[in-house]
Amino acid sequence: MPHRLSRPGRRIDPARALHFTFDGAPHRGFAGDTLASALLGAGRILMGRSFKYHRPRGPVTAGQDEPNALVGLGQGGRFEPNQRATATPLFEGLTAISQNRWPSLEHDVGSVNARLSRFLPAGFYYKTFLWPASFWKKVYEPVIRASAGLGRPPEGPDADRYEHLHTHCDLAIVGGGIAGLAAALEAGRAGRRVLLMEQDTIWGGRTVTDGAIDGTTIDGLDPAAWVARAVDDLSAMDSVTLRSGLMGAGVYDHGYLTAHERVADDRPGADAPRHRLWKIRAGHIVTATGGLERPLAFAGNDLPGVMLASAVRDYVCDYAVTPGRRVVIVTTNDDAYRTALALLDAGVEVPAVIDARSQVTGALPTRVRDRGVEIVTGSGLRAEGTGRVERVLVCDVTGDGTPTRRIACDAVAMSGGWSPVPHLWSHCGGKLTWNDERGFFAPDPDRPPVGADGTGMVSAIGTAAGHMDAAACLGQADTPVTQPVERLPRPTWIMPERAGPALRSKMFLDYQNDVKVSDIQLAAQEGFVSVEHAKRYTTLGMATDQGKLSNINGLAVLSDAVGRPIPDVGTTTFRPPYVPISMGSIAGEARGEIFQPLRRTPLHDWHEANGATWEPVGHWRRPYCYTRDGEDIRAAVSREIRNVRENVGLLDASTLGKIVVKGPDAGRFMDLLYTNMMSTLAVGRCRYGLMCSENGFLMDDGVVARLSEDTFLCHTTTGGADRIHAHMEEWLQTEWWDLKVHTANVTEQWAQIAVVGPRARDVLDRLGGMDLSRDAMPFMTWSDGTLADLPVRVFRISFSGELSYEVAVPANLGRALWDRLLEAGADMGVMPYGTEALHVLRAEKGFIMIGDETDGTVIPQDLGLHWAISKKKDDFIGKRGQQRSHMTDPDRWKLVGLETLDGGVLPDGAYAALDDRNANGQRKTEGRVTSTYYSPTLKRGIAMGLILNGPDRMGETVTFPGTDGKVHTARIVDPVFYDKQGARQDV
Amino acid sequence: MRRYSAFAIAREALRHHTGWERAWKSAAPKSRYDVVIVGAGGHGLATAYWLGRNHGITNVAVIEKGWLGGGNTGRNTTIIRSNYLQDPSAALYEKSRSLYETMSQDLNYNVMFSPRGVLMLAQTEHEKRGYLRTAHANALQGITTRFIGPAEVKKICPIMNIDGPRYPVLGGLWQERAGTARHDAVAWGYARACSDMGMDIVEQCEVTGVTRDGARVTGLSTTRGDIACDKLGIVVAGHSGRLAEMAGFRLPVESVPLQALVSEPIKPCMDIVVMANTVHGYMSQSDKGEMVIGGGTDGYNAYTQRGSFQHIEETVRALVETFPMISRLKMLRQWGGIVDMTGDRSPILSRTPVENCFINCGWGTGGFKATPGSGWAFAELMATGASPLTAAFGMERFREGRFIDESVAAGVAH
Ligand SMILES: Cc1cc2nc3c(=O)[nH]c(=O)nc-3n(C[C@H](O)[C@H](O)[C@H](O)COP(=O)(O)OP(=O)(O)OC[C@H]3O[C@@H](n4cnc5c(N)ncnc54)[C@H](O)[C@@H]3O)c2cc1C
Repeated sequence: MPHRLSRPGRRIDPARALHFTFDGAPHRGFAGDTLASALLGAGRILMGRSFKYHRPRGPVTAGQDEPNALVGLGQGGRFEPNQRATATPLFEGLTAISQNRWPSLEHDVGSVNARLSRFLPAGFYYKTFLWPASFWKKVYEPVIRASAGLGRPPEGPDADRYEHLHTHCDLAIVGGGIAGLAAALEAGRAGRRVLLMEQDTIWGGRTVTDGAIDGTTIDGLDPAAWVARAVDDLSAMDSVTLRSGLMGAGVYDHGYLTAHERVADDRPGADAPRHRLWKIRAGHIVTATGGLERPLAFAGNDLPGVMLASAVRDYVCDYAVTPGRRVVIVTTNDDAYRTALALLDAGVEVPAVIDARSQVTGALPTRVRDRGVEIVTGSGLRAEGTGRVERVLVCDVTGDGTPTRRIACDAVAMSGGWSPVPHLWSHCGGKLTWNDERGFFAPDPDRPPVGADGTGMVSAIGTAAGHMDAAACLGQADTPVTQPVERLPRPTWIMPERAGPALRSKMFLDYQNDVKVSDIQLAAQEGFVSVEHAKRYTTLGMATDQGKLSNINGLAVLSDAVGRPIPDVGTTTFRPPYVPISMGSIAGEARGEIFQPLRRTPLHDWHEANGATWEPVGHWRRPYCYTRDGEDIRAAVSREIRNVRENVGLLDASTLGKIVVKGPDAGRFMDLLYTNMMSTLAVGRCRYGLMCSENGFLMDDGVVARLSEDTFLCHTTTGGADRIHAHMEEWLQTEWWDLKVHTANVTEQWAQIAVVGPRARDVLDRLGGMDLSRDAMPFMTWSDGTLADLPVRVFRISFSGELSYEVAVPANLGRALWDRLLEAGADMGVMPYGTEALHVLRAEKGFIMIGDETDGTVIPQDLGLHWAISKKKDDFIGKRGQQRSHMTDPDRWKLVGLETLDGGVLPDGAYAALDDRNANGQRKTEGRVTSTYYSPTLKRGIAMGLILNGPDRMGETVTFPGTDGKVHTARIVDPVFYDKQGARQDV
Repeated sequence: MRRYSAFAIAREALRHHTGWERAWKSAAPKSRYDVVIVGAGGHGLATAYWLGRNHGITNVAVIEKGWLGGGNTGRNTTIIRSNYLQDPSAALYEKSRSLYETMSQDLNYNVMFSPRGVLMLAQTEHEKRGYLRTAHANALQGITTRFIGPAEVKKICPIMNIDGPRYPVLGGLWQERAGTARHDAVAWGYARACSDMGMDIVEQCEVTGVTRDGARVTGLSTTRGDIACDKLGIVVAGHSGRLAEMAGFRLPVESVPLQALVSEPIKPCMDIVVMANTVHGYMSQSDKGEMVIGGGTDGYNAYTQRGSFQHIEETVRALVETFPMISRLKMLRQWGGIVDMTGDRSPILSRTPVENCFINCGWGTGGFKATPGSGWAFAELMATGASPLTAAFGMERFREGRFIDESVAAGVAH
């Protein structure tokens, strides 16, 4: 039985009891406990159920790589599934529930899968559930999904917050064991900026616990004292930053390292971010991440009570708990004898150590033997029991498993040897070499991941580099170290080595996913001989520990099955993150309102306060319309449109892109950028311009004003501003770097208000300060001046067909101008209008809208905009593209107006369909609707569309099937529905 | 080929599964084949399969430099849909989707096609109008899709936050018979069926050169020797530019990393696939329970099968915003593939300037869904010289300006 020992534990404080519940039952632990150690202390070993067979499981580790003891933690907005009990610090009031079981952890109906496991070998689902076809989705899949999946989903919005932290350093050292500490001391003394991080909450790594057991000294000090001194020394160095509780998560190109900090996991509700993601730019990265102990593949190795030997001694020494009263040790190496010593020191019975080696003569085994423990050499075992270990059957390790003796016990500590942790080294392409003697892959210093300068950007040190003794880990020849010398291990991949199928189907490699030795062998037999195939076919290494416990053993089994040496079989790729990290921490602060920072015009608050219905446009929000009391959206839009046509409306046009192009070569550049001739535009005048992509497609439009001989102001669409600015810069920087031109995106520097309607001039005249008469300021000109004492730039342009001025003021004066305009026009019916009115107004006039009439496949010629394409210029972006045969094909879909025969509104997005079908059986089409509205001005539906040879087919009818089954018929008409002569804008 | 069934499993269970044979034979390359396909991804294998099934051509080798299915076929997020806008795409993807419906039975291999429905969210007016347009196009193309409103969105995907605050959901384009399938199984199932027809699937064999007699292709050099062939099909996704170079022509294709990630597994909470293009992210839940997440491509060209963290961050952020509950899930692993992008984001299924040499590439970020249909159509093109499904996808379209642009959102609103 697991229980608390009456001895001190390095991490716990027995004076501080903490209360928690597991599956509703109250328990008590101590400050410093993990959830797993506290449960063990409370006598509980069953902590989870496996994924596939729902087998009962206890913890196998004492850390982050735990595959079994996964629980759901917390409640409500703080509930989180799949938390490792072994790495969850205990806190007062913690609530945990077990997972993947029904109705309870002890009695799980799903465990019938374990009985049927023979019928559910690796990949069984590829071979069955084939009939009837419709059953997969409706019957089989739901059952499979419900039985898989581990923890239950979180419940709703996350109650916690997260943050990112950005930092730079010369050297980032990951791992605060003795190797990492020594490296940090050396670099710190050399004055380098060092960031040393350790995932554990305490420093020193394995050496502290292990050294206390075996009497290791470093520089004459016991390891704990040496570590304390190192931490003190480092803390005193200005250039060194020390962080425990910070886990190196991923290494990316160019020395970019991410690290994950669990800030307030054990303080739910604290005024702190729960997790912090560190984004580190490091000159060089050192991985001092130590090693991982490998389990042994023997039958029954997944029974609760079977644990890694290192975990057992951690529980004993650090937490003062033991998994059992009689603990058998099974090993291939000397290290596990430390566990025997620790157990003996704690008064726990060790009936025997089963060692796969035939000769066991090392210093540590000798100490164990001297204390009266039997060492059974050349042997292996299998574990048996119902629901937990009750006995082991010892056998010859090279044999077929015939038992030679039987030992009663309630726990097994196993050690298959140690492997370096290669993850961070490998994330960016660092290569590994196989060490046959010790049976592990280690970083190959000759093939590191390379940085931007072609040299290695990561190095591995200590156990992470394959060093298994303290002196080599320190890497300092002048520091004296005493430590028992260990003899070589005997890599043993399955135990016993000639086990038959019955035993092999009980040897678990991947605990969580229930992958057994027999599954890997089946995969090999079926031709899944590549390591990636075997992994995917069996799901080995794809559980939440990402193969930390299972990879090497699985590889070795595969290598044996296919008769190729392990290094030829190779490893699967190591992918970030090292240990799973919360999505919340990856997203960081940017959520909710600040998910994508909202861009606000100077009038945003006014709109908000005055009934705006918002529409997201790019990163802005624009008023779609302003509803008044009792009005619906449609009525509001109609009112706004009518008011513009009859009185005067105001539009916040501040979001329109405004890009200044300036320099001696500005004219040349503008000619290349636009399809129009811009260099001839006179100062003081405006011109509507088109910009095309290299392929000739229309990508943006807007009015260009020539501010001076060498300065143009380009208006772009709201959504296009940033893209167009980047487009300009790309051409300037990569193709036309010889042009003397600068560009600046000044969109946010200006507020711009369109004053539109027959009374526009009257309103502006009331503000006073400028002569805006037809003669003084003709259509398509601009002028600087003052209005209501505000410095303004007025453009006389129109996107509605009405008399219209766009007035720009420095952004901070935008609101003042807006207020003045509202005041001045109050008795003339002035009112704001939104984007929908804007759209209808322009559609009534047949003006195109980028994104409606264009979609990236339309050339200006399709839209009847030939007049805006200069024939005099040698070149402009898109000219060559427009000369290609398909673009010059006379039979293209071209812009027309569409009028339904019944006056109704055509459905948005409808296609004009023909009766016959193409070679692929699809209805042929001859055009489509690009914009469609109800026009309150004309009191009928109006639409624009692209129709095959449309302009040559005026008066013909075309049919538009709706998605609702209705068919609409429309007549092809001129796209200008209102004021065809254009008289109204030019008054 | 021994057939798979529940009965076969029961029979094998009694003898510790010792009777299962190799799913596909491991072959050494012969000196000559009628047809050689380079690239044992899904598309290459499907091409070989349909060459045999539809055209009786079985003296075929599929040559793979690594392990079969290890390219993008084994790295994608398995979304299968056919609600494309342009007619040629819609025809090809719908052919493909319909072949997925019967693939498990056709191949006697459970590829777990799960028509759970794909929902493409509209979060701006512009996006909404784009999907209304697609819905109209799909109706004429014989593809069942429907634009649904926010209430229905919430009903079929309760874990979604439809109320913004940044981009409230305005509705979505819903294709009910779209879904997912198990990507590895698609490759393995085809490999098994091809092997069964007597075709050679040669793994660990890299093509290093293409040999020609004048303008006509005659064979290949590989790391496992020279191979002669009458017809050559190049189906190597991200490495298409390299193979084209060997054959002596150029392709309008760029190779960029595309990444994906999964969360730790949880119990079922999402039964559909959601794509949110305004915020750039999409998500579904695998049968194992992992949330499978993807986003946009990295912003630079590369051949390394990994990407930058920045994209992972943007994608996760987008999805935490859309599905707030995933904030408390953990990212289990991230990975990347190299996708082959053409100028119009549509594939190339084409003859080439080299006689008897055909190319199938450019599937970019979305070719898994096309695997069976692409194989069907490309096999027809290779066997007969023409296919109505590939007619529009010739590489000459770039010279003519006859693009098949699915990224019509290149235009913007206002
Ligand atoms: C992260 C990610 C997510 C994706 N998500 C989706 C999705 O949800 N839905 C969807 O439909 N699509 C998706 N895709 C795209 C999809 O994966 C691909 O379009 C599709 O799988 C391509 O298949 P393929 O057979 O053409 O290429 P691959 O599977 O890449 O096969 C090409 C093969 O050619 C081999 N090869 C290359 N060079 C040589 C040589 N010289 N000699 C021999 N062999 C060679 C390669 O090793 C490889 O096996 C995604 C892609 C990625 C990377």
